[in-house]
Amino acid sequence: MKIRIKFSKHGAIRYIGHLDVMRYFQKAMRRADIDIKYTEGMSPHQVMSFAQPLSVGSESDGEYLDIEVNHTDSSEISVAKLNKVMADGIRVLEYKQLPDDAKNAMSCITAADYEVDIRQEYKPDFDLRAALTKCMLNSELMITKKTKKGEQEFDIRPYLYDVQIESTEQQCLSMGNQDCCMRLFMRLSAGSENNIKPKYVMEALYRTEGRELPEYAIHITRKELYMNQEDQLIPLGNAGDEIC
Amino acid sequence: MNQLALPEEILMKIDKPARYIGHEVNAVLKDPETVDIRFAMCFPDVYEIGMSHLGIQILYDMFNKRNDVWCERVYSPWVDLHQIMKEKNIPLFALESQDPVRSFDFLGITIQYEMCYTNILQILDLSQIPFDAKDRTWEDPIVIGGGPCTYNPEPLAEYFDLFYIGEGETSYAPLLDTYRECRKNGVSREEFLLQAASIPGIYAPMFYEPVYHEDGTISEMRTLADVPGCIKKVIVNDVSNTFYPEKPVVPYIKVTQDRVVLEIQRGCIRGCRFCQAGMVYRPVRERDVEMLKKYAHDMLKNTGHEEISLSSLSSSDYTKLGELVHYLIDEFGDHGINISLPSLRIDAFFLDIMEKVQDIRKSSLTFAPEAGSQRLRNVINKGLTEESILHGASLAFQGGWNKVKLYFMLGLPTETEEDMRGIMELSDQIARLYYELIPKEQRNGKIQITASTSFFIPKPFTPLQWATMFTAEEYMDKARFVNHAMHEQLNQKSIKYNWHEAHLSVLEGVLARGDRRVGKVIKKAYERGCLFDSWSDYFKNDQWLAAFAEEGVSVDFYTRRERTLDEVFPWDFIDVGVTKDFLKREWKHAMNAEVTPNCREACSGCGAKQFGGGVCYENQN
Repeated sequence: MKIRIKFSKHGAIRYIGHLDVMRYFQKAMRRADIDIKYTEGMSPHQVMSFAQPLSVGSESDGEYLDIEVNHTDSSEISVAKLNKVMADGIRVLEYKQLPDDAKNAMSCITAADYEVDIRQEYKPDFDLRAALTKCMLNSELMITKKTKKGEQEFDIRPYLYDVQIESTEQQCLSMGNQDCCMRLFMRLSAGSENNIKPKYVMEALYRTEGRELPEYAIHITRKELYMNQEDQLIPLGNAGDEIC
Repeated sequence: MNQLALPEEILMKIDKPARYIGHEVNAVLKDPETVDIRFAMCFPDVYEIGMSHLGIQILYDMFNKRNDVWCERVYSPWVDLHQIMKEKNIPLFALESQDPVRSFDFLGITIQYEMCYTNILQILDLSQIPFDAKDRTWEDPIVIGGGPCTYNPEPLAEYFDLFYIGEGETSYAPLLDTYRECRKNGVSREEFLLQAASIPGIYAPMFYEPVYHEDGTISEMRTLADVPGCIKKVIVNDVSNTFYPEKPVVPYIKVTQDRVVLEIQRGCIRGCRFCQAGMVYRPVRERDVEMLKKYAHDMLKNTGHEEISLSSLSSSDYTKLGELVHYLIDEFGDHGINISLPSLRIDAFFLDIMEKVQDIRKSSLTFAPEAGSQRLRNVINKGLTEESILHGASLAFQGGWNKVKLYFMLGLPTETEEDMRGIMELSDQIARLYYELIPKEQRNGKIQITASTSFFIPKPFTPLQWATMFTAEEYMDKARFVNHAMHEQLNQKSIKYNWHEAHLSVLEGVLARGDRRVGKVIKKAYERGCLFDSWSDYFKNDQWLAAFAEEGVSVDFYTRRERTLDEVFPWDFIDVGVTKDFLKREWKHAMNAEVTPNCREACSGCGAKQFGGGVCYENQN
């Protein structure tokens, strides 16, 4: 039986890298007594795969992993069992059964939503709103990608589905987010092909104004991961059904 | 959720930021307002090493069971963060609360090996606590040391307010109670230390002063206040009804010991004459097998670890080993849990178990003959005979094994060239046995023998504490001799030879049998940039030698000098239970290559019986 789990990752835990998050969930499955399937052979391991690595330092409200189980409790009980053994900062949000023929999370991702906060002490010294509007009206936005063969120019504009300013400095302040001078929303192409990181977009944006994006200027929160269904973007979790 | 002590700009720049953020599963969080005592427990090495240490997990659990104490963890910042903290003047913090260590009531440091001594000074330095205990005030925590190296605490005496001699489960309760009372009554720091000094197992070095002879040896340890003249080790007699962590902290990053560790017994019956643990942890005390089964179950459940390992100095001597191991295999073997069984004697039982728990093709057999000839093995009282090694190996070869690891020491007292050659002759003999015993078509490839030598370092409270060491050059000659002997063997192509760093061994020898005069050298070495000395990439022998020269302290005095039987050693004021008379008898037996029976064969009257428990009282009811 295939299960898709959605979780969030906030706070200090954002410094835990992808491989360690995988190890963390393997141990968590045992602590929560999830009847997870093991591979056959001399060194059995859990049948588990993650949708998409999250960069160290980023937070998320929409991470996914798929597992296979022999038997399962209801979604409600399973979420409760997992949350009882989670570390401070990680919450399990969904536990849903996938159709047996479902593709794994990793291979069906097509897009992701992000919140990008610009830190107060790195407030841009140019009109970011105007620069963004100009960028989005253009038909191309070039970035320089470092590849094995050297540097390569790459147009990311087709992969920016939506980029807009979500909150101004005053709005951030009124929400109690004093550390932030502006929040952007981005919906970007994601997955194994054309995975666009929010940082690329910010770098390109700054470059159109002849600026360099300072190293620690932004803080990223992934909000959701999407797959395509009948030409619609739907959250990865919607591929599964609640177990009653 | 607590604010992190380090900003993102630093955490994103350094290697493995997860070392410094805390928040692990089972980490204990308390409201500091509700506790009387904040205890920072430190392992002075990098997180991955420190988190693998069982002793801290036991004490962490024990302290946090008290409502009036919050115990947190501290490890050495790695060299990258060390530099940033020094440059930006960032104080060292504890992982759970991320609060500065200096604001704690206690800083407990476990001292597991000599080569972490400069790291201890790093901890004090980064915490912004004065190095010298005499310069501290109530603004600083009480710095207390524990662990095996405190059986000779003297090189570190000036840097600690207190040392705890023995097992932590016993005297911490009265110590913490005394502290709480003293703080409530507003007494001076010195007065508290004086009261602490009368608690069993507690040594307050500031009230003691060694007096030296003209030749530099010690004439006596003088007391400077009303404190006991002799500090007696404290131990737990009933190791089944005591503290043990049911919910150890589960690290995010992969640490050295990423598994549940089940300590099955304390002490060792064997009496190997070089082994400090085998002497200072006497008498042997076994944990009840039912207790171990329960803890195995609970700890696996609470951590989610995929491996459980038994821990002891000699697991084969645990009387209910078969019952315990079969329980673990039956109970957890089918649940993807690996069972790891180090320090087992290789015999029929071992092979039977190993076939159930391990992939034989990948694993290797480990023997620790420690010396290359039977004569020299008798000198060190290592009960392993050539016959039993070859017998164990032949059983294993027939079971499909073809990798063998052998551990030896060089530089043991009375060692001759014949003994050193014996290391390679034994290795070759094992290879021959394999080729004789296993027909070509049944062989799983060539036999692979790895012989490793370390240099013998005499340790306090062992029968070989009188032994003389060698110079680094002499040690390297010995390693070269063994390497040469390897090339004389028929099966030299099946043997791989590894040896240790000689300079490091000489230094470890000085620190192990050092006195207070060595303490100044440690500080000088730290000031010269020595840190993480146990990491060969970071060991700076030239800086250490410069530190010795600068302080006018002779390395040879501690390593090369002949010690007479009546010399007063820096650690003689400590009573570990095993008497100096017994150690002298054992030294004489060693010189005559005479074997002493183990504790279950016959009592040799070592003195550990005075603790009133353990193997000394087996079969006596």
